[in-house]
Amino acid sequence: MTASHPPCRLRAEAVCLAYDAHIVVDDLSLSIPDGKVTAIVGANACGKSTLLRALARLLRPTSGRVLLDGEEIHRVKTKEVARRLGLLPQSSTCPPGILVADLVARGRSPHQRLLQQWSVTDEDTVRDALIATETLDLADRPIDELSGGQRQRVWIAMALAQATPLLLLDEPTTFLDIAHQIDVLDLVADLNQTRQTTVVMVLHDLNQACRYADHIVAMRDGRIVADGQPTEVITSELVEEVFGLECIVITDPLAGTPLVVPRIRHRCATGATSTLSLAGV
Amino acid sequence: MIGALRWRGISVRLERRMVIASLLLASLLVVVGCWSISVGDFPIRITEVVRTLIGRGTSSSEFIVGTLRLPRVLTGAMVGAAFGVSGAIFQSLARNPLGSPDVIGFTFGSALGAVLVIVAVEGASSVAVSAGAVAGGLLTALVVFLCAWRRGVQAHRLVLVGIGVGYAVAALTNYLLTQANISDAQRASVWLTGSLNGRSWEHVRPVGAGLFVLLPLAMWMGRSLRLLELGDDTAAALGVRLGRARFGIVVVGVGLAALATASAGPVAFVALMAPPIARRIVHAPGITIVPTALVGALLTVSADLMARRMLAPLELPVGIFTAVLGAPYLLWLLTRETRMGAL
Repeated sequence: MTASHPPCRLRAEAVCLAYDAHIVVDDLSLSIPDGKVTAIVGANACGKSTLLRALARLLRPTSGRVLLDGEEIHRVKTKEVARRLGLLPQSSTCPPGILVADLVARGRSPHQRLLQQWSVTDEDTVRDALIATETLDLADRPIDELSGGQRQRVWIAMALAQATPLLLLDEPTTFLDIAHQIDVLDLVADLNQTRQTTVVMVLHDLNQACRYADHIVAMRDGRIVADGQPTEVITSELVEEVFGLECIVITDPLAGTPLVVPRIRHRCATGATSTLSLAGV
Repeated sequence: MIGALRWRGISVRLERRMVIASLLLASLLVVVGCWSISVGDFPIRITEVVRTLIGRGTSSSEFIVGTLRLPRVLTGAMVGAAFGVSGAIFQSLARNPLGSPDVIGFTFGSALGAVLVIVAVEGASSVAVSAGAVAGGLLTALVVFLCAWRRGVQAHRLVLVGIGVGYAVAALTNYLLTQANISDAQRASVWLTGSLNGRSWEHVRPVGAGLFVLLPLAMWMGRSLRLLELGDDTAAALGVRLGRARFGIVVVGVGLAALATASAGPVAFVALMAPPIARRIVHAPGITIVPTALVGALLTVSADLMARRMLAPLELPVGIFTAVLGAPYLLWLLTRETRMGAL
């Protein structure tokens, strides 16, 4: 690695990903910058979740390779990968009646051994994870009784208990209302800032991706269309290309990041042009 | 929050509720076991039973307890434990309370293997019958998994395929019985009901040895199972090697069911009932091995006691009583699952 490139512990090199004979991602290369938040965006079925699964070692590329710390990820032991890289899948199941503390504690398993089933470190890490996600007071409650937002915090707490320097999240905000979406994304941003955790997440909402990510990867039909900082990458041309959506891009008045405003057929304000010029478009 | 014993670098997870429940269940098992030994054609007082068990009995009680009744109770307890743990393993793997080996056909497979040996080999030894049961169980499990496999195994498909395969296997068994000579058929049909009659040390040793190996393995695999309960992706992300873990778990689970079936026949519903009862007692979500083994043992030994005493001096096979307990539970489970739309 040359000095001009930022260090990247997780990379994909010319990967092809397929389910049976159906090729989803073809010849894709990507580097995930350390200590940053990377968001993968794209239309439905563009291969973004598939890419995330490959980065998490859940899917073996048919060709090409995923590298974790310079080593091909499928050659690294499953448990060793689990100590370095955590994943929050889109949907998880859990046995009915399981308590929050018990579930979060299961995040410690990659660090445990036959005779080290529950060390002091395990206990402290789980407590920290509960505190960080503000779920400590839920510790003795069954998961089934919690709201969707609380539940997602608990799953994130489990991923935190895993204490990995890299964390992959597959659409962490699905099924949540807008307040809880912001809540969860703020939490992810906190983790990135306080623990320097490298975060990769698949997000549906382009504006949320712009607000929370340092680095955006836009995908279409299994290829990367653009890759870089939100301000550089997100333009109305790109959104049109990736999502087939006509829009204007203005500056988010709060975050200062690009804000995508889709064009609609009706209700176009007559003063739209003046708003555009105000926004510097 | 979470209980553990720590000493130097070693730490072992222990929940207080689980330890207490296990101790209580074990004591209850000893009490019911002694009671079961004390009753029969020659009643022996409980105190005499205990004295005999610690090696201070008279020679006549020594014979009745040591040769006739203790092996029966021990076989019953170990068979129950094996069925219970096997049930817990498959229910956890299938994420469904119906996914127990007696519902999804594995026990029928063991029965077919055993009956095949009884019918085909003249005067087959009980070791040969056991081997047949183990082979039959493993083969049936293989068939069920192959048929239910489609990029992983889904719970409801496993249960439905298992029920189907189970019926096919049971039909084969019945066909074999019609072809058998009368003494073989009688031996086979007593065995098919699930019976502890006439169990001797010859039966205790193989099931004891099998449990000695498989139970620790099951406890060790319980860790992966608890992670698999969270879904395949989460389990893999937490360091479980899915294929290998599942294969090992299935082998141990089928091994336990086959071992138990080989020793006492397909004692009905113990595998289905023991795990949820244990979970309720311990308040544990997901799999809990030791309490399940104890509940299974207690269920089987108690059912055997009832089977021997209900119509005394006539001794009924234990399988009839576990079925009397289990059938209503299965019905309740089915109605509840259908209402919840899980099946």
